[in-house]
Amino acid sequence: MRSLVTLLFLGGLGFLLTVIAGILPFGDPPMLVGNTIQQTAADELGAANFVTAVVLGYRGLDTLGELSILFAAATAGGLILGASRARPGHAAGFILQTGADLLFPLLLIVGLFIVMHGHVTPGGGFQGGVILAAAFFLPLLARPEETLDHTWLTVIEGLSGTAFIVIGLVALSENKAFLTPLFDKGTLGEIVSGGSLPLLYLAVGLKVGSELASLLARLASDDEAAS
Amino acid sequence: MNESIGVVFLVGAIGLSLLGIAGIVLSNHLFRMVLALAIAEAGANLLLILAGYRWDAVPPIVDAAYAGQPMVDPVPQAMVLTAIVIGVGVQALALSLVIRIRHRYGTLDMRQARHRMQQDIDRAAGVSPPRSAEGPVGERPLPAPAAIADSGGRHD
Amino acid sequence: MIWIAVIVVVLTLGAALAVLLLENLLAAVAAASAVSLGVAIMFVVLQAPDVAMTEAAVGAGLSGLILALSLRRLGLTGLNITLNRGDTDA
Repeated sequence: MRSLVTLLFLGGLGFLLTVIAGILPFGDPPMLVGNTIQQTAADELGAANFVTAVVLGYRGLDTLGELSILFAAATAGGLILGASRARPGHAAGFILQTGADLLFPLLLIVGLFIVMHGHVTPGGGFQGGVILAAAFFLPLLARPEETLDHTWLTVIEGLSGTAFIVIGLVALSENKAFLTPLFDKGTLGEIVSGGSLPLLYLAVGLKVGSELASLLARLASDDEAAS
Repeated sequence: MNESIGVVFLVGAIGLSLLGIAGIVLSNHLFRMVLALAIAEAGANLLLILAGYRWDAVPPIVDAAYAGQPMVDPVPQAMVLTAIVIGVGVQALALSLVIRIRHRYGTLDMRQARHRMQQDIDRAAGVSPPRSAEGPVGERPLPAPAAIADSGGRHD
Repeated sequence: MIWIAVIVVVLTLGAALAVLLLENLLAAVAAASAVSLGVAIMFVVLQAPDVAMTEAAVGAGLSGLILALSLRRLGLTGLNITLNRGDTDA
């Protein structure tokens, strides 16, 4: 009975999506806002990557909401999972330990590179933050007897989140709207350009990285009923 | 680059979304529900990016080789960037809930877990579990065997 | 050009079907990562490199890692292979 109703529902949903896809002007979007952004983003914001300009400049408030959602999900996940206890005591092999030792500085460099170049090349805070989280989690896999210091991660997360909001509030003191990009725009395509956009992405990258590393460390640990 | 490449991608996006939703509704294992949620989110993000595609366009980045060609719409890409990160946050929260359900009720089968949860709620509220009229009630006696032998003897 | 798109879409849909039908849950997690990878390739073809990098890092990397870690915590890895831990092959 449930399968029959599900098939009917899926058939109806498929029909709806197909009709919408048929009406969609594929390959020729109206681009009501996109045209204006293409023409003015380079002069107004100085960011070569227009997606960064939209994410941090034109829709900066959405990014703040996304950071809040990620914070709530990671905090709630950590709360539900409970305190992290000792992990299963399997010592990792030689390959994993050596590989983790070699990869940790490389992942740090790649993550910071992607974060800092977010406004010039494809990349940004979220992608680099995920790589930083993996960089901090990999030594935990290789050496299960060590634990991660959650206080440092919480401090970094709180400070970077506060830095994001403070940079946005500084714009208020100059009689502009919240989260308006500040400072000098610089030349297009340089790493020191785009005003406060690299700083915002640095705050986002550190926040996302420390949050996800803490969540991964909690998931990897075991609780008392390890069945 | 002809028209049919659009059809191919749209079929892929709609198929992924439908497979994801079918997995969520039809699966009995809680972990497989979370996996199907991940697939449905990937399908929905693909559908959003398809709405911003333009024929013979370049990515929305100004580099040294840019010479004023038409660009792909950057607004859906910014929305999808947000949606992907939110999706992984939701998956992490759902997995924490699955781990706690397994820890508390000892099973990951959806119907078993729902049944035990209902028993917990009934016990906490002080009501007895509902009994259906067709299921066997504990204290009702079975019919006497003499009546069965009587009706059985009528067949020739 | 269109044959690349057809192959990638068919592989992605096949991996999505495998997620729903595979018995072994660890294999299903690997298939989910394959779906994310296929979608990332499609994003590159659709001229969206930023989104493709995010989908590859988050969907194939972080999401697969979170799923595998919670599988280990649930005790459902079930490959039925006994490894001598602490040996040279980790």
